[in-house]
Amino acid sequence: MSEPIRITLPLTEEKARSLQAGDSVLISGVIYTGRDAAHKRMVEGLDRGETLPTDLTDQIIYYVGPAPAKPGQPIGSAGPTTSGRMDAYAPKIIEQGLRGMIGKGYRSAEVVEAMKKHGAVYFVAIGGAAALIAKSIKSYEVLAYEDLGSEAHARLIVEDFPAIVAIDSEGRNFYEVGQQQYKR
Amino acid sequence: MVESSRALVGKLKGDKTMRTIEAVQITEAIAKLAVDANYYLTSDVFDALVSGQEKEESPLGKDILGQIIKNACIARDEERPICQDTGMSVIFMEIGQDVHIIGGNLEDAVNAGVAKGYTEGYLRKSIVGEPMFDRVNTKNNTPAMLHVSIVPGDKIKIVFAPKGGGSENMSTLKMFKPSDGVEAVKKFVLDTITAAGSNPCPPIVIGIGVGGTMEKAAFLSKKALARPLTVRNSHPDYAALEQELLVLVNNSGIGPQGLGGRVTALAVNIEYYPTHIACMPVAININCHATRHAEIEL
Repeated sequence: MSEPIRITLPLTEEKARSLQAGDSVLISGVIYTGRDAAHKRMVEGLDRGETLPTDLTDQIIYYVGPAPAKPGQPIGSAGPTTSGRMDAYAPKIIEQGLRGMIGKGYRSAEVVEAMKKHGAVYFVAIGGAAALIAKSIKSYEVLAYEDLGSEAHARLIVEDFPAIVAIDSEGRNFYEVGQQQYKR
Repeated sequence: MVESSRALVGKLKGDKTMRTIEAVQITEAIAKLAVDANYYLTSDVFDALVSGQEKEESPLGKDILGQIIKNACIARDEERPICQDTGMSVIFMEIGQDVHIIGGNLEDAVNAGVAKGYTEGYLRKSIVGEPMFDRVNTKNNTPAMLHVSIVPGDKIKIVFAPKGGGSENMSTLKMFKPSDGVEAVKKFVLDTITAAGSNPCPPIVIGIGVGGTMEKAAFLSKKALARPLTVRNSHPDYAALEQELLVLVNNSGIGPQGLGGRVTALAVNIEYYPTHIACMPVAININCHATRHAEIEL
């Protein structure tokens, strides 16, 4: 395994386009959370002509619904959720300038097309490694949809958040490459 | 006449008196099981991850398994959930027929335990009260998915197996014709696992229920996931099928997290039950690598 690439946010289009499927990365800076219910509300808002609750230009959304924090911790266990459930909404958010997504699992052809068109990247974190990942999250602040509990839209400050580029801005898919290599 | 009726009642009651268990004991036990299952990975799963890491040929896969093992250690040492998806509260209860539960209703006692465990243990509440229209969170992870069976004896055995949503979504069920045979079932398993791919967080554990009715097969597939990974089915044909399916699934190349490798599944557990002369239902339920369960006997 090669040394991970360090990424400091925001993620410009130039930086995003330099990343290749299979790269290991360590992400630092501000990222935003959103999963099923938050995405539904964001896109319903856009459809009504409203703006997103946060300007996501050159930003990353992490598909996560964290466990509650114990006293003294910034956040509870916080691993990625299955990204495919956000596929119906992701192209519209990418059109708004979103530069990266962190989740787990496959994406639809529509999402990959939007990524290629707008120069966005899909990262994956290790599903279920939620206690380990939480150690790279330094703060958690709810920004919108507080009534959704763990599904609220929040701002995280992360340091060396570990992830892998699963699909790059050219549409190269590391799931396909990796699995082909070990198939018997 | 009166005397003989009394004698009959006496005979039915036997000499044995019912053992009483307070509902609050059930509540307390379930609250503890919810927390224990979510913080402490059981040794069978932990050992399977360690031997999987030794076997894995992909360097990235090996690294991922190393991080999953490290995660389990952090969760245990710092007493925090292994995964943020602390799941639906799947509970298998075997209640001895000589037990009398007093001081409350069983389902209320179980749900009070779930609410207490998920609240006091800082576990995520992941249940919506109604599935299609409002989807409003119940905010205490109730109700439990409770399966009760009445067994001989005067004890209560409780198995708590939290079930994550991502892996649950990859479940399948098919009503086969008996003439389809075992080869069709193998293909169904492989097709299910291939379609699930990365989504259920491999390395996975595969629970398969064969036989019974549609809902019985589904129940058995879930029950199979609660069996230790080291225990094979006692029927030699099913035990052989478990081993064969494990090899076939691990030849898929899916690997840890679906990023390629040799360790796609840690185990295949099959449970079977008698079925109708016309039927061969097969249900597949998938667990992620955080295959969690805790149990207690009261």
